[in-house]
Amino acid sequence: MHALVIHSPILVIAIPLLAAFLTPLISRVSEKARDILVIATLVFVEFLVIILARDIYLTGIHIYTLGASSPSLTIPEHYMVPVRIILEVDAMSIFMGIISATVSLAAAIYSLSYMKEETGRDMYYTLLLLLVVGMLGLEFTGDMFNLFVFLEILSISGAALAAFRTRFADALEGGFKYIVISAVGALIILFAIGIFYAQYNLLNIAALAQVIQYTMLDKIALALLVTALAMKLAGVPLHMWAPDTYSVAPAGTTPMIYVASQACLYALFRVCFTLYGVTLNTATIGWIVIIIGVLSMFVGVTMAVQQSDIKRLMAYHAISQSGYMLLGLGVGLAVLANPEALAAYGREAMSGGIFHIVNNALYKGLLFLTAETLFYCLGTRDLNKMGGMCRNMKYTSIFFIIGALAISGIPPFNGFTSKLMIYESVYRFNPILSVIAMLVSIITLASFTKAFQSAFTGPALPQYRNVKEAPNSMLIGMGLLTIIIIFFSLFPGLIVNTIVNPATDALINQASYINAVMGGL
Amino acid sequence: MATVVSSLDFWDPLVCIIAFIVLIAVIYLFRSRGQKKYKKGTAQTQIFLSGEEAPGAEQQHIKAQNIYWGFFQALKRYYDPTIKAHTGIINDYIIWFIALAAAIAVILFIVGLI
Amino acid sequence: MTGIIFNIPFLAVAALVGIALYIIISQRNLIKIVMGIVILESGVNLFLITLGYREAGIAPIYTNAPEGVMVLPIPQALTLTSIVIGVATTALMLSMIMLIYRHSGDIDSEKSRKMKG
Repeated sequence: MHALVIHSPILVIAIPLLAAFLTPLISRVSEKARDILVIATLVFVEFLVIILARDIYLTGIHIYTLGASSPSLTIPEHYMVPVRIILEVDAMSIFMGIISATVSLAAAIYSLSYMKEETGRDMYYTLLLLLVVGMLGLEFTGDMFNLFVFLEILSISGAALAAFRTRFADALEGGFKYIVISAVGALIILFAIGIFYAQYNLLNIAALAQVIQYTMLDKIALALLVTALAMKLAGVPLHMWAPDTYSVAPAGTTPMIYVASQACLYALFRVCFTLYGVTLNTATIGWIVIIIGVLSMFVGVTMAVQQSDIKRLMAYHAISQSGYMLLGLGVGLAVLANPEALAAYGREAMSGGIFHIVNNALYKGLLFLTAETLFYCLGTRDLNKMGGMCRNMKYTSIFFIIGALAISGIPPFNGFTSKLMIYESVYRFNPILSVIAMLVSIITLASFTKAFQSAFTGPALPQYRNVKEAPNSMLIGMGLLTIIIIFFSLFPGLIVNTIVNPATDALINQASYINAVMGGL
Repeated sequence: MATVVSSLDFWDPLVCIIAFIVLIAVIYLFRSRGQKKYKKGTAQTQIFLSGEEAPGAEQQHIKAQNIYWGFFQALKRYYDPTIKAHTGIINDYIIWFIALAAAIAVILFIVGLI
Repeated sequence: MTGIIFNIPFLAVAALVGIALYIIISQRNLIKIVMGIVILESGVNLFLITLGYREAGIAPIYTNAPEGVMVLPIPQALTLTSIVIGVATTALMLSMIMLIYRHSGDIDSEKSRKMKG
């Protein structure tokens, strides 16, 4: 068991990779065996992530050096810098890892029955497992070039999954836009990594963080990295690919592509907080991140109210909620150099933003799954054509109501808790930002009222009289997310103290990240 | 375990739920003192439109694009340029990317000089 | 004068990246956009290799190595990885363009889009 914990960072990446390439072979034998293989792999990955999380909260940062005689031998003898690929898992990485593993498991269970009529399902499951590899690799890596490689793995599998249903013309367009955006962004990130290597001859994040000075070339690299990662996480004004891609992906994969964007949010904060730390001018970059966040919130929600396609509405809300996370963590970044402001409201803003990441993954995933259930049962995504479905689809209506109340920040749900933490701390930084955030929350509630009224309430329309409720495995997938949302709503203190506050401390504490690899050199 | 303590105040969802339960009990008390003597299925439970015929189910339901019409009219000066900016052409997405990267680089350079 | 000779590859990188970004912005044909992305990738790969060069350096191989400074081997490994990733990305983009053409009969980026706003 202890050996399993020590080797779990690499097992979490290697086992889905192996299963991804075994899937087409096993599906020649039988379809049921392939489904069992996929679900068993994802359950095992979830188990590994949970035992690694427990160990990290007890003992601290975990290092895994690939190819060394022992996993923690980062710097060989007579060397001054780490020379091997190192996976470094601290509390923030494992926080994102828990989210990725859980959402992937729920999405795979949902896809079991959703994709029954599609052909080529073995390729679908291969791509799904590769997307899991990309997300978890991006979150556990301690090396800049590995970040680029896993980012590309994530982009290629995400784009192929988004364009999977090639019989729809708009699915291909959504997938094409995603791969073009990702290719340009990733190449610009590689350019920035080249700039780092040219100056310091180092690729390891901890080693770079120890020696980085904020030269002119570093400023260019920071601008390129922030913009490319902001494009991957769909922050305004680089968000326009997101509604196209999220609305056409097949059901289970939309939450997964969305959590992949949140992994890029994690990469952005790893670069800003840990790689640069206090060497950069935190007030400037903090305000840039805050401005991107506020624009995302406002433009996202005002475009969402206006939509009449239900999945595009959900996608614009996803953009808007990313703005809350950028706002919270941006305020933390802006006061990073100022210790008493950091202790007074900076930490709380960061905790609110980080808590919002997990809340958002849950209820946004639930809402995407309900929107796709409506598409599965009714055959249309257009809200103008729907009406009165709460009589036929009772469970879906309940899940939709819970998701809509949670995302709008209505007490007692978990959305209210994280938004309260953000409102209170951001108010002490600058009151206008907090007022804009509350306004956006009200417009969010308005747009979900509109969606609920159009799709679920109203008189029973004659053309939908025979529509039945969704199949069981889809309800189980949505029910799993709802139970987790209710648990997070009733016990937020447990979640904040156990998972969120260690992640905040891990981001602020750059020195412990460096020491874990460099060992005091 | 359920309480989140911030530096100014606290949030406890169990207190909130108890408050909701009390509120629902009060609402139920009010609604239980309503009219009980009515006959279901007769004209007493139909929609009343001053004696006109109620339109069919298709026309009763307000379509999604017509809801919040007043909000969109009031914010027309914001919505028209914003919706036109969301063109859907892939070339425009890269133009925004280059513009933002250049803007951030220039801001970092200028702030570094001061 | 010798300074300029060693900077020519960097000027070539700037030219390639600039031309590639200009192509991606201005060309409407989807295949030309993919060509622009391939040129961008070539530019970044050239940048990675060039930054490893050391003056009068020899190839970074230890067997029967003559005396002298070796060029850096790590950027060469990074470039190989990047070339492979670029092949996969280009193949995916081209196959999507093929299917888009089957659906809408047009590969103009403005005429083949169905989603906007």
